[in-house]
Amino acid sequence: MTYAIQAQGLVKHFGEVKALNGVDLEVEQGTVVGLLGPNGSGKTTTVRILSTLLQADSGSGTIGGFDVATQPDQVREVIGLTGQYSAVDQYLTGRENLELFGRLFHLSKKDAVSRADELLARFDLTDAADRGIKGYSGGMRRRLDLAASLIGRPSVLFLDEPTTGLDPRSRQGMWEVIQGLVAEGTTVLLTTQYLEEADQLASRIVVLDHGSVIAQGTSDQLKSQVGGDRIELVVNASSDFDRAVAAVTPIASGAVTSTQVERRIVVPVSTGSTALVQAVRAMDESGIGIEDIALRRPTLDDVFLSLTGHAAEEETATSTKSRRSRAGRK
Amino acid sequence: MTSEHAPRPAIGWLLTDTFAVARRHLLKITRVPESLFFALIQPVMFVLLFAFVFGGAINVGEGGARAYREFLIPGIFAQTVMFAVAGITVGITEDASRGIMDRFRSLPMKPGAVLGGHTLASLLQNTLVLVMLSITGLAVGWRAHGSIGETLLAYVLLATFAYAITWVGAWIGLHMPNPEVAGTAGLAWIFPLTFASSVFTPIGTMPGWLQPIAQWNPVSCLALASRTLFHNPLPLNGNSFPEQHAVALSFGWAFLLLAIFAPAAVRYFKTHSTGGAA
Repeated sequence: MTYAIQAQGLVKHFGEVKALNGVDLEVEQGTVVGLLGPNGSGKTTTVRILSTLLQADSGSGTIGGFDVATQPDQVREVIGLTGQYSAVDQYLTGRENLELFGRLFHLSKKDAVSRADELLARFDLTDAADRGIKGYSGGMRRRLDLAASLIGRPSVLFLDEPTTGLDPRSRQGMWEVIQGLVAEGTTVLLTTQYLEEADQLASRIVVLDHGSVIAQGTSDQLKSQVGGDRIELVVNASSDFDRAVAAVTPIASGAVTSTQVERRIVVPVSTGSTALVQAVRAMDESGIGIEDIALRRPTLDDVFLSLTGHAAEEETATSTKSRRSRAGRK
Repeated sequence: MTSEHAPRPAIGWLLTDTFAVARRHLLKITRVPESLFFALIQPVMFVLLFAFVFGGAINVGEGGARAYREFLIPGIFAQTVMFAVAGITVGITEDASRGIMDRFRSLPMKPGAVLGGHTLASLLQNTLVLVMLSITGLAVGWRAHGSIGETLLAYVLLATFAYAITWVGAWIGLHMPNPEVAGTAGLAWIFPLTFASSVFTPIGTMPGWLQPIAQWNPVSCLALASRTLFHNPLPLNGNSFPEQHAVALSFGWAFLLLAIFAPAAVRYFKTHSTGGAA
């Protein structure tokens, strides 16, 4: 198996703070790996090391076989990077930005112009091409930023929180663009704090916490670590409660848990929606009224909670501080 | 991708990349003409202020106010060159905080071109300001009395010094955490350097302990060298070495600063990702 991205034992300190504590990572060619974790978990540091912006204290990384520490020029020829900021010049127009980065990618003037046209069209920016970036919406800036990172037709693309701060519609738009790139064979390493984003885009997820990989696998594998599907149902009347528990027990794949006060019954199941149909039918046949019934699948939030003992979002507030002080340091 | 690259020597790419980056900064000037306007208006204000407000109080020997104006203009040239440096310090931190520096770093371009292009654009803007300033000077009675060769050499010296000192500003900018700090720090070293010099007042009027410092101050050297080459009044403070060799010393300062700060800045840029601290 050839890996487009490979990292071994990456360690990085920022002063006293240990940002990375021996991160191993492998991304197969043409796949998307999502690097998931709260702020301060080391996602961005990992990306910055692998995209040659930062030197690791120890450990090594290769992109397409080139060593990021000793062959940065070769690495830069094959990568594209979209960071958390729209790294475009806001005083220039969209076209001027793309032509500038094209020239700096050492395309000929003619190629830089035609490549800019091509990317503007692809990212639906042709109408705004000759306007200054200052007048662009957040979504347009992100698209332009992504376009800029594609100038050199990179085989490996780093997307560092590509949709942070975007509204849901722009986020959906970015996802479609990224899925399109992957369909063309681009290898993507994506960092995100949005569990849904990793779920949508990544074929494999690596969960980071405090600078270490704490879990990895497909979204389904991670979810199955915290248990499978379950049916949650709430009955109308507490008088029906015991009968309801009895009625669903044959469907359950494990122990049924119930709370009488809330009239809530949780039934682990292994057959998904078939089990849901069976449960509804069982209630109906017993003449028990249902207030609410749903098939719940574990979310990546559940995964995160069970892996780290804390929710992904919870940590954000505290670690924003350490991240800020880190970013200020060179 | 590599197939699209024409084989070229590294120095060729360095120049191409430098011009591409310089073009970006020049485009930016045309997009925000206000910045150029104020860059032009500020030295003109200084000329008018010092020529007509403070000028009467500062004695540069025979000739009175008119002599002071002739003394003043080369000083303002030097001051303008110094004050322009703050712009690049702030500009570099802005690029860093917006992630543009990291974008440059992730491209297969020559790293020296990022700062090289910025300083080149800054030199062109400075040249324009010097032209504007010369016109203002002529309007208030300043004249270049030297030969054409000397006059040209004076402008070459001013431009060379301007370019060199910009690299100091670039180096400082790379070390600043954000544009706000850079705005203050970028000027903090320029003020004492500019005012503890012969730019506005003859060094002889300063306290004794300050005089040798002011004489060796690169800004004094530059002002004095310009006065020498333009044959403007240059009330000397005795026979000190820096005063006797102002032209050579100014070029010396320029090359020394360039030799130290250009490689230091490029090395720092290569090895320190600025990270977007905004």
